[in-house]
Amino acid sequence: MEKYRANLMLCAGTGCVACNSLKIREVLVEEIKRRGLHEEIKVVLTGCNGFCAQGPVISVYPEGIFYQKITVDDVPYLVEEHLLKGRPVERLMYREPEKKVAVPVMKDIPFFSLQVLRVLRNKGLIDPERIEEYIARDGYFAAAKALTQMTPEEIIKMVKDSGLRGRGGAGFPTGLKWEFCSKVRSDVKYILCNGDEGDPGAFMDRSVMEADPHSVLEGMIIGAKAIDATQGYIYVRAEYPLAVKRLSIAIEQAREYGLLGKDILRTGFNFDIEIYQGAGAFVCGEETALMRSIEGKRGMPRPRPPFPVHKGLWEKPSVLNNVETFANIPPIILNGAEWYRSLGTEKSTGTKVFALTGAINNIGLIEVPMGVPIRTIIYDIGGGITKGRKFKAVQIGGPSGGCIPESLIDTSVDYESITATGAIMGSGGMVVMDDLNCMVNVAKFFLEFTTDESCGKCPPCRIGTKVMLDKLVDITEGRGNEGDIELLQELSQDVIDTSLCGLGQTAPNPVLTTIKYFRDEYESHIKEKWCKAGVCGSLVTFYIDEAACKGCGLCLKACPQSAITGEKKQPHRIDQELCIKCRSCYEVCPTKFNAVKIGPADMLVKSEK
Amino acid sequence: MQRLKIEDLQKIKEEYKATSSLRTGGYRARVTVHMGTCGIAAGARNIMSALLDEISKSGVTDIAVTTSGCAGLCSREPMATVEIINSAPVKYSDLTEDKIRKIFKEHLLGGNIVEEYALVIGSETTY
Ligand SMILES: Cc1cc2nc3c(=O)[nH]c(=O)nc-3n(C[C@H](O)[C@H](O)[C@H](O)COP(=O)(O)O)c2cc1C
Ligand code: SF4
Ligand code: SF4
Ligand code: SF4
Ligand code: FES
Ligand code: FES
Repeated sequence: MEKYRANLMLCAGTGCVACNSLKIREVLVEEIKRRGLHEEIKVVLTGCNGFCAQGPVISVYPEGIFYQKITVDDVPYLVEEHLLKGRPVERLMYREPEKKVAVPVMKDIPFFSLQVLRVLRNKGLIDPERIEEYIARDGYFAAAKALTQMTPEEIIKMVKDSGLRGRGGAGFPTGLKWEFCSKVRSDVKYILCNGDEGDPGAFMDRSVMEADPHSVLEGMIIGAKAIDATQGYIYVRAEYPLAVKRLSIAIEQAREYGLLGKDILRTGFNFDIEIYQGAGAFVCGEETALMRSIEGKRGMPRPRPPFPVHKGLWEKPSVLNNVETFANIPPIILNGAEWYRSLGTEKSTGTKVFALTGAINNIGLIEVPMGVPIRTIIYDIGGGITKGRKFKAVQIGGPSGGCIPESLIDTSVDYESITATGAIMGSGGMVVMDDLNCMVNVAKFFLEFTTDESCGKCPPCRIGTKVMLDKLVDITEGRGNEGDIELLQELSQDVIDTSLCGLGQTAPNPVLTTIKYFRDEYESHIKEKWCKAGVCGSLVTFYIDEAACKGCGLCLKACPQSAITGEKKQPHRIDQELCIKCRSCYEVCPTKFNAVKIGPADMLVKSEK
Repeated sequence: MQRLKIEDLQKIKEEYKATSSLRTGGYRARVTVHMGTCGIAAGARNIMSALLDEISKSGVTDIAVTTSGCAGLCSREPMATVEIINSAPVKYSDLTEDKIRKIFKEHLLGGNIVEEYALVIGSETTY
């Protein structure tokens, strides 16, 4: 085998590909060749490294130097300086948000060093399109162990003892689900992987499928042995073409190597996997809808029981698990249940992958032990709130989740603690919000999503969410009335109690949690006709506090309407007739002056009286 | 490709060990070839090639090779620093292809410092 002195791991996840990483690869390979280094240095395309907002990213081994936001123009300099002369290029390194010092080595960057990788164990370290690289990192050793040394009962016991709970949202114990299905007698059984990932802002499952597709296949093989399934399906939404491509390549390679198909590893066990591409409706992530969708019917939920472990796909016993759930399985089989439980809390064991987005400095994908406080995620790993603004809330669990306020920032992330706040763990989307967010508007946003995505089968979900949405629109546009909050709460309870599937049963969560923690915002929208965050255009007046204004002119430049006038060093003014309430002036006015103010919609009317 | 047996997994893993240890830090020794402007002019690239050649011929998988910039001693180039993990680094100077081949065999494989070529023992590490 060739001996390379350096490996350049260039991210080719969806985010980095969108930022030109394939072109960068081309130029990089060319430049390395031009310098005569092509026999010493290898360029490897990896899946998502996790630090997507800094993309395209490269890590250079053996030193482990991490480069970010690489452009095609940076390549020649990078090759000459680092690869030829051994001088790492500081300009392309990560800098801490506050101190601004460059941190060369990836493992020293807090975003990475505070994570614990189990599910993402291979991210950025292997070429996902080469099965050998997966095998080199112990890939398929767990499947081999499960197929040759373990009975289905032993596999199930180990998964049960590990405490692993399904990562698709509800957190149902995986081993228990497998056990139920293993006890059902049937000539045909199915094992299915849910790669639908419908939550807006979430990309955990996509990253696993792109960066480490074999870990999903291996988890499924082990599950198949446990329940005695012969056929598996991976349901991936068609909007994830790169995941589909990497999975297809992985399946093909696994088949060629005899890791899928007939007589796997010559153990006599038969199992194969197919990919099913979904059309990308949120409700198709629900298990009964997903199964109907694979059957070629319209993806609509059906009542349970019968549960899928008894009558699932084509009426046959079926187990459905999430992508991340499956990726957790191989290390459990290799290292044992005790090892798995060594991280996390008593009832929420192991690690969880989160997609961290919103008003946070380090946007990206992270994996942390269950039980870390939200504060650690936001301030230590996430690097704090952008532009030094104030943390207001974090939305966890997507459209089925809820908002956790600043006062609960020390809540630990585990199923019980998150649920106790009224949010849910969900699949792991975390949207960080600062004081520029209006919580009524946030609730409206998520309800718009669920209203759109409701399949329409049951009236409480179809009509109830629509009525709630209309109420929220009224409130944000100044037509809110006394009693609306109570009405929203009642409607929420009705929709939760009477909806057929999880979509309707959880849709009101964002409304309920925002009312619970930010009731004052609802009240000021309704009673004072005032959106204090300045988001709901009909409920605000922007004005300049002339005593505080230093006449720096920043607001004047930022205003798209030329609504602001004023001489340098003189107090500026806003012409209310021209203002379209875009909030730009508010955002640019330096915090030390804080001269742009937000007032209630009717403040001018009142003052003129 | 052929259908694998369980033993084959282990074989593939061994074969890819060099690649994976480079990325995860599972290597036993590291050689840094100094590649400042004068190092390159003095022939550091040939030193590097000879070293990589020795490594691939011997089939060892746990030695990492890196480059670094100017070591501040232009008159003694080409130079290389050998670090067996957890013991003091040794800096070699005035290298030739033959010298680095000998250093590879005696120091990196055999564990004995080639004192006649060594400039300093226990110098700074590269990072
Ligand atoms: C409306 C709705 C959407 C869902 N979307 C997803 C999804 O995108 N991905 C997922 O894994 N689970 C989703 N689920 C949960 C699945 O129905 C199912 O519980 C899960 O895939 C089971 O896997 P687990 O036990 O490994 O968590 C959704 C549920 C509902 C009600
Ligand atoms: S709750 Fe909503 S999404 Fe679910 S079945 Fe009923 S109408 Fe469809
Ligand atoms: S809110 Fe927008 S339009 Fe209005 S004054 Fe400020 S910048 Fe101009
Ligand atoms: S940005 Fe603020 S301080 Fe500067 S002119 Fe505008 S209102 Fe005054
Ligand atoms: S896609 Fe490159 S870091 Fe996520
Ligand atoms: S450039 Fe080589 S020692 Fe200074």
